[in-house]
Amino acid sequence: MSEKKLGWKSLSIGGYLLEPGSAMKYKTGDWRAFKPVIDQKKCINCLLCWIYCPDSAIIRLEKYVEVNYDYCKGCGICANECPVKCITMVEEER
Amino acid sequence: MGKVTGLTGNEAIAYAVKQCNVDVVAAYPITPQTIMVEVISEYVYNGEIDAEYVCVESEHSALSACIGASLTGARVFTATASQGLALMHEILYVASGLRCPIVMGVANRALSAPLNIHGDHSDMMGSRDCGWIQIYAESPQEAYDWIIQAFKIAEDHRVLLPVSVNIDGFILSHSMERVEILEDGDVSKFLPPRKPFITIDPTKPITVGALCLPDYYFEVKFQQIQALKESFNVIREVNAEYETLAERKYGFLETYAMDDAEAAIICLGSTAGTAKAVAMDLRSKGKKVGVIKPWVYRPFPEEELIKAVGDVKAIAVLDRACSFGAPFNALCSDIIATLYRHGKDLRVFNCLYGLGGRDITPNDLKIIFEEALEVAKTGKVKEYVKYVGVRE
Ligand code: SF4
Ligand code: SF4
Repeated sequence: MSEKKLGWKSLSIGGYLLEPGSAMKYKTGDWRAFKPVIDQKKCINCLLCWIYCPDSAIIRLEKYVEVNYDYCKGCGICANECPVKCITMVEEER
Repeated sequence: MGKVTGLTGNEAIAYAVKQCNVDVVAAYPITPQTIMVEVISEYVYNGEIDAEYVCVESEHSALSACIGASLTGARVFTATASQGLALMHEILYVASGLRCPIVMGVANRALSAPLNIHGDHSDMMGSRDCGWIQIYAESPQEAYDWIIQAFKIAEDHRVLLPVSVNIDGFILSHSMERVEILEDGDVSKFLPPRKPFITIDPTKPITVGALCLPDYYFEVKFQQIQALKESFNVIREVNAEYETLAERKYGFLETYAMDDAEAAIICLGSTAGTAKAVAMDLRSKGKKVGVIKPWVYRPFPEEELIKAVGDVKAIAVLDRACSFGAPFNALCSDIIATLYRHGKDLRVFNCLYGLGGRDITPNDLKIIFEEALEVAKTGKVKEYVKYVGVRE
């Protein structure tokens, strides 16, 4: 996160956010310690992971799902819920 | 010119609120503030004001409702005292942090325990760092005048901060005095409808009260620090404009017989009235004493205080709330800090008095004045903090 931070004069009053949807700009993916990796050959597209993911970080595709790593915080809920155990949590290397 | 009537402190505040054309009042009744909100609810019920009165189940909810209403652009009033203000404590900071120009009447009362319903300043002093502008009135007239000015100060875009107007519980809240009230039309001209800097509008969504982590929190708080600094000018302007309307002069503080005074008492609220009477009496006996009464306690009027102090040699600062374990009580600490900061080396002592509504008598004040004169003469403070009238 290297962008220049606003000072008190340029920040909106009281820290109000004046444009909607600005949370999209806050990429929380770098909080992750473990990363979910999906074996898409085994995925039955049941979408349980999509329902359970607290960060809406599962992307639905036609035959299987994939992870949006910009927002996935690596909580592991998807791996825990997957009925066919095709999601593995792999330690991030930094 | 308005007309003269008799009103208690609570009624005077309620009447001013009515003339200020508030849109929303959310409050919970608590002694000794009850009549303030009772009268306002009657105005609403009778259709004398076109306002929404929100009956809430607690003061925490009252102020929360006020914040919501204020964010829609409404002119908002609430009132409380004592335990009620303590219950609001969390939300006081939200109101100032979200820059809601709410005006609140406080009928100051002691805090439990032991349970006590009478007047002291423990409630507001306990919340003195909440970022609100804090005003103390000496009489129902002053309470009336400050409420009208408070809305104008709070809603100014250079300020956008909540304001509390404090009256001593029972001593002012329940005593009827002569109050000069303005014409409705004059108040409306002085205080036109609020112009919010932004409002909640479903077609233009915004986020209020978003999480602000260490990288931004300080900057948002610094905006509040700046707004309080800006409020000095706004308060000055509003006082001047009000003077032309009401022919009553307000400022950050009032001085009485200070011109050639050698010793002075500094105190807030109704006690100043008694102190002035005692000072007048002592003056007639050739004793050079005066009184300084801060109206505005936050932001603290440093420059005005230094000017008012002049060449006085000793000051007794009267506090009606205890800062347990502190070197001095709150008002005295602020006075000493101001004198230090402006390089004024004069003798100051602190008198804690009137807790739980105990009367401070003219004789008590006479003794304090005499001690201050003694300190002025000898240059030596015998006792830095005195506890007025406490029995062994
Ligand atoms: S690890 Fe957590 S955040 Fe990431 S995709 Fe799975 S459920 Fe969502
Ligand atoms: S829970 Fe497992 S099987 Fe179901 S969609 Fe997600 S990854 Fe595929």
